[in-house]
Amino acid sequence: MIYSILTLFDILLALTLLWLSWNLLNTEDIFKAVVLFISFGLLMALTWVRMRAPDVALAEAALGAGLTGPLFLSALRRMNRFLKGERRLDCDENREKDNGKNPKQTQAT
Amino acid sequence: MITTQIYSITGLLLFGMGLFTLIVHSHPLRKILAVNVMSTGVFLILIATAYTPLGQGEVDPVPHAMVLTGIVVSVSVTALALILSCRVQETSNRDLLREKPVAETAKECTR
Amino acid sequence: MVKTRNRPKRLDGFQRLFLLLVICMIILLGYILSNIPGGTLGLEDTVAEFQDRSGVESPVTAVLLNFRAYDTMLEVVVLLLAVIGAWSLTKSPLPGQVADISPIQMGVVRLLAPVMCLVAAYLVWQGSHLAGGAFQGGAILGAAGVLILVSDFPQIHTISALSLRIGLVLGPLFFVGIAFCCLFFTGDLLGYPEETAGWFILLIESACALSIGVTLAALFAGSRPESGVQKKQPAVKQSPDRGNS
Repeated sequence: MIYSILTLFDILLALTLLWLSWNLLNTEDIFKAVVLFISFGLLMALTWVRMRAPDVALAEAALGAGLTGPLFLSALRRMNRFLKGERRLDCDENREKDNGKNPKQTQAT
Repeated sequence: MITTQIYSITGLLLFGMGLFTLIVHSHPLRKILAVNVMSTGVFLILIATAYTPLGQGEVDPVPHAMVLTGIVVSVSVTALALILSCRVQETSNRDLLREKPVAETAKECTR
Repeated sequence: MVKTRNRPKRLDGFQRLFLLLVICMIILLGYILSNIPGGTLGLEDTVAEFQDRSGVESPVTAVLLNFRAYDTMLEVVVLLLAVIGAWSLTKSPLPGQVADISPIQMGVVRLLAPVMCLVAAYLVWQGSHLAGGAFQGGAILGAAGVLILVSDFPQIHTISALSLRIGLVLGPLFFVGIAFCCLFFTGDLLGYPEETAGWFILLIESACALSIGVTLAALFAGSRPESGVQKKQPAVKQSPDRGNS
């Protein structure tokens, strides 16, 4: 059993992963949770490289970070848009800014 | 050996955290996030058991192939679950994002 | 910013009980994990033994598309099923488009998308001897598709629903077709003849990468195309993959 500088790296990486996942599962703000999840995916790609699994690392970097994040963000946006658009609410400017400039507004009002 | 143990325990803790969040939280997006974290934990354990340090032989490729397919399937499952939760929101009377009735969100927005 | 009311700070009785159960489970599983005998369970020697008969040099690709190809075939079908499920659930179009997309974004995507297609093709080609393969290439194609969808290029509105559907089923179709050809000629499902195994694997991988890319982009778009000309899908952009590999 050899302890080396890599063991320190392992421990740091594992602690970071645990801290990130704890935060993303417990934060109040769901948007923040999604962003934390994207960074979690990138760190997982780093972990796969450390575990000598470059194939998995490539897939995780492209899928876990590149595709899952946009999927969550678009779902979040779709839910929000539904609440605003379908129920015909006039939402104030702040909300509009939060969710990007929303073309639905013309239909909502 | 120590590396395998560190990452196995990390995967185990990720799995446990995800499971707890999956049950305790009622928010649909957070549940999907929790399932993703759980699956990541399982993948981590699988890969960690296959790990052999550099210079001590080849890494076992079978778990790698299994995890590779697993990642792709988990992404497609996530997409399907997200679409399903959007659909639930469309037919629901409660604002699932803020966990209160839709009417209250309406009041907040117009205020 | 969407605030959610979180789990209350003080857990109620059932939640505490559940927390206890989860902790017990983790401790038990950790005990089991620490008692797995290490080093003797691997299949790496078996894989290395049959490596030169598989037609590819990368062990992971050999496992994915030769030794355990049946798994991979079913998995590609699972992806197709996910798209069918998504299409039958929702009719709402793309996630709300931003009204004005900045020209910088358009320019960057215009530059980036072909490069990503090239990288995807290279990854599929590289899969036979290094890290890479159908899933990685397909994932990058899917990411390119997402970029194009987000930027709302006018070209994506001209892609017909039929070509989109063909792109979706191409991978599973090739996989199943080659599987049955092998069953017919060699007597084994997916038992490629040894001398041409590499080419069969490359063919399957290219078709699957294209299908996976289209599948992921379709899952992101989320809605079913109506018959006729429909807004969706960067299938035209993804054709370089077939040409290059």
